[in-house]
Parts: sequence; C-alpha cells; structure tokens
Amino acid sequence: MNYKVLKGPEGYLPPAASLHGVCLPEKGEGIIEGKCVIRDVCIRHIAKSLLEAKNPTFFPGPLVIWRTTDYALERGKLIREIAKEADAKIIPMPDYRPKYPMINPSVEINPNHPNLTIWHNKIDVGIFIGVHCHQANLALKIIRGGTDCYTVALCAEEGHEEANASLRDTDNNTLKILLDIVKEMKKGGA
Amino acid sequence: MSLDITRINPYFEDVMPQEYIDLEKNGSFGSEKRLGDLGAFKELLEEHPMCAGCHLALAFRVLVSSLPRPEDSILVGSTGCSSLAFTQLALHNIHSLFGNQNAVASGLKRALKLRFPNKVKDVIVMAGDGATADIGLDMTLHSWFRGENITTVMFDNELYANTGGQESGMSMCGAVLNMAPTGKKFQKIRVHELAISAGCAYVAVVSTAKPKNISECFKKAILIAREVGPTYIQIFTPCPTNLKIKPSDSKKVAAERFKGDYAFKEHITDEAREYLTSIKDAVKKEALETEAVLVSEDKEIPLEGG
Ligand SMILES: Cc1ncc(C[n+]2csc(CCOP(=O)(O)OP(=O)(O)O)c2C)c(N)n1
Ligand SMILES: [Mg+2]
Repeated sequence: MNYKVLKGPEGYLPPAASLHGVCLPEKGEGIIEGKCVIRDVCIRHIAKSLLEAKNPTFFPGPLVIWRTTDYALERGKLIREIAKEADAKIIPMPDYRPKYPMINPSVEINPNHPNLTIWHNKIDVGIFIGVHCHQANLALKIIRGGTDCYTVALCAEEGHEEANASLRDTDNNTLKILLDIVKEMKKGGA
Repeated sequence: MSLDITRINPYFEDVMPQEYIDLEKNGSFGSEKRLGDLGAFKELLEEHPMCAGCHLALAFRVLVSSLPRPEDSILVGSTGCSSLAFTQLALHNIHSLFGNQNAVASGLKRALKLRFPNKVKDVIVMAGDGATADIGLDMTLHSWFRGENITTVMFDNELYANTGGQESGMSMCGAVLNMAPTGKKFQKIRVHELAISAGCAYVAVVSTAKPKNISECFKKAILIAREVGPTYIQIFTPCPTNLKIKPSDSKKVAAERFKGDYAFKEHITDEAREYLTSIKDAVKKEALETEAVLVSEDKEIPLEGG
C-alpha cells in the first residue's frame, strides 16, 4: 500500500493510518509520512521541518511537564534548548481532561480538541513530546483531519504512524543529537 | 516522589496555564485542608457544568476538599450526573461503564497494592444511586462481600437525574417523577443495611444539610478502608432540576429530610473503631516524641562561648 500520511486537512475523522497499511518503525528507524526511514534521515528531516516552519510549536505532555524524575527534568531542559535554537514556541498539554466547555487555546492544548489551539495560534509545525501514546494518536489524527499543521511526534516508545514524522526511542541522548543537528543546520552546515 | 507528580517541571513553569500554577502553589496536594479552608485554597474541582443548586455538586466539592491525601487518591466514577464533574477534576480518576465502578475499583486497588507495596493509595468510588443500587448493585455488593479495601460513596438524589428523571431503587415509594408518572410502587432500597450485612467496616448515611459531617465521615471511611475493610458513605443530594424546585431551595429540602427520614446514621465495627483509636494514639505519640527529641536536642546544644 502506498498511503501517505500527509499534512491535512484530510477531512473529518480520517481513517487510522494503520488501516492503510502504515507500519511502525523498527529499532534504528524513524517514520516520515507513512514510510519508514533510517533514524538519522528522520532526525535531519525533523530538524529541517522545525527550522523551515513559520510558527513551530512544541507540545510537551504530562510525562515531561511534571517534575516526576530527574530524567524528566533534563528532558525539559533539552526541549527548551531545541525550542530556543529553532525559535519555537511552547504550549503545554498538562493533562487530558476534556475540560468542558472549552480550554483556553492560547495557553494550552488538549488531546480532545487540539485543532482549537492550532487554529488559534496559526501553528504550522507542531511537535509532540511526553504525551502518552494513545492520547498522542488521538490528537494527531484530529489535527490531520482538521488542520494543515505538519505534525512531529518525538516518542520514547515505538513511534507514531499518525504523525507526519516521528522518531521512536527518543531518549535524552536523541534529543541532544537533534539539538546538535538543529544548531549545525542553522550554521548552514547541513 | 509521590508529590513530585504535582510539581511543575521548572523548565516549563513560565508556559504553564495559571490554574496549574495555582494548584501547585496554593492547592491541597501535600497538605490536609479542612472544610473551613474552602475559598482560601485552589480547589481540585472548579467550573463544573452541573445545574444551579445541584447538591451532588456541593457534596462532590466537599468530598474532594476532604481527601486525606489527594496526591495518592484515585477516584472511580460512573455514568450519571457526577461524571460531568469528573472531567473537570484535577485528580487521577477513571470513568467506568455504568454499574461497573466497584469492580473497576477492586481491580485498581489490588493492582496498586502490588505496584506500590510500601505506599498508601486510596481508591474511592463516587457514583449515583442508580449506578450503585440498581445496575451496579451486583458489583457493589460483591466488592463488599470480598472485603475490598475501597470506599464507596453514593450520591443519592433518589432518581436517574442524568437521563431525565426515571425512578431508581432509591426513589421514595410513591415518588412521581418525569418518567414515573404513576408514582413508584415499592420502598426505597436500604443500601446502608445491606452494606452492614455485607461486611462493610464503616457505614454512614449523611446529608448535604451537614457538609462538615460529610467531610468527617468521609475521612474516617477512607482511613478505615486502607486497613480494615470496605466502607460506604451514602449522601442525600437533592436535585432541583428533577424535583422542580428553585435552586436555592435544595438546602431547605436537605434540611427538612435531615430532620425526618434522612437523618444521620453511622455504623462502625469494633475493629474499625480500634483502628481509628490506634492511629490517633500513634499521631499523638509521634507528636510527643518529636517534642521530647526537640527538648533534649535543645539541652544538648552547647551555649556559644559558654
Ligand atoms: C450500561 C448503561 N446503561 C444505561 C445507561 C443510561 N444512563 C446514563 S445515566 C443513567 C442514570 C444515572 O442515574 P444515577 O446513577 O442515579 O446518577 P444521577 O444522574 O442521578 O446522578 C442511565 C440509566 C448508560 N449510560 N449505560
Ligand atoms: Mg441519581
């Protein structure tokens, strides 16, 4: 199957990418628009998307937004460094409550209606990190269905086929590599 | 460690929405609040969408403000009006299929005991009368028979409020409701008596007429459930929308019923009573010992230059 997980809007409730035959990356791989590629290619692609975006925004989730472990602390530091280099904004996803009638889209993003935050802030590249996988997939699918935002998922587990680009096993070391590549690309060394 | 899940990663403090900052700086995590403190701290439940004058909402607010350890509490809810509050709650919670709440809570509590053997995790079910005494009666009773270490709270508005006013087992005999036009034909189920015979270590029937009493009984129920066995709190929570009364009159209804057939009832087993006394003694002893240590430490400090 040749289904491409392109940026939307694909229309209300797009079918799950896995139903189109999109598979998760194997160890040492990443995934770009539905196709598995070697990890380095994926990291560079993500760095490039970040730098080329008009309004790139990180969406850190509960796994990094709370001070649960020293590891999460360091992750926070690295995310801030990458965001600073790429001139990206940060809008947190502190939890997954639906929060009726509506969240405040200028200061937070919610997996149940992430499109509101993206529309409100005109975000063209959104990077998810520290969001539990099932909530991330829910948000990614809604974004692909209703917005033209390019989505990136930096996943510490197996990656996200619903994102336009996603890395698996994104530990803090990988974040350091991403940071270095962003710096290098900015200098024009790419 | 457990409190760390409620602290914001300093690298994101500047981008966190204000309500989370308030929860961390002025919330109830890590500090026991009393009902009298309401209004002076950031509550775990705010901006809920329940009707004006809803006493279920009032009881809910009182309960979550009375949790002994909110950071280590997990609430299990069920379908019904209370589930509308759960979505606004800044606490770990699970929504279960209508009626399954006590089964879900049993599994959760057992898993938490295995996962955190050295920690106390309070699992508390909060559900409507329909969920507890009608569709979920099987699950409710069996969790009590099995002696699960959980607390069950019933919001008794004496009808199915969320679906427009059907009669429940907890409706009064003769009650005429939107969808029970000829009146209910049988007596209100005596769930508190079932709870006692099913083996609950602590049972209290309370009312929003006395919020402080709800708070005290709820705390006792949680403490007893940790060590002794299942506990049950039944709260009368009048629903103005279905009773077709003014929102401001819910209080009057609660007060009248409190004086009549919905008076305070409490049952506690000997074992539970002993347990409560023992922890009170332990707290007192600990306080005295700390004082003694402080005094002796004071004596041992050599006076400078002396
Ligand atoms: C399995 C199942 N059966 C029926 C329903 C429909 N239903 C939703 S809420 C409700 C009544 C809830 O009554 P109660 O537990 O007393 O809560 P209240 O709304 O009064 O607070 C019913 C029957 C459902 N959601 N799921
Ligand atoms: Mg009810």
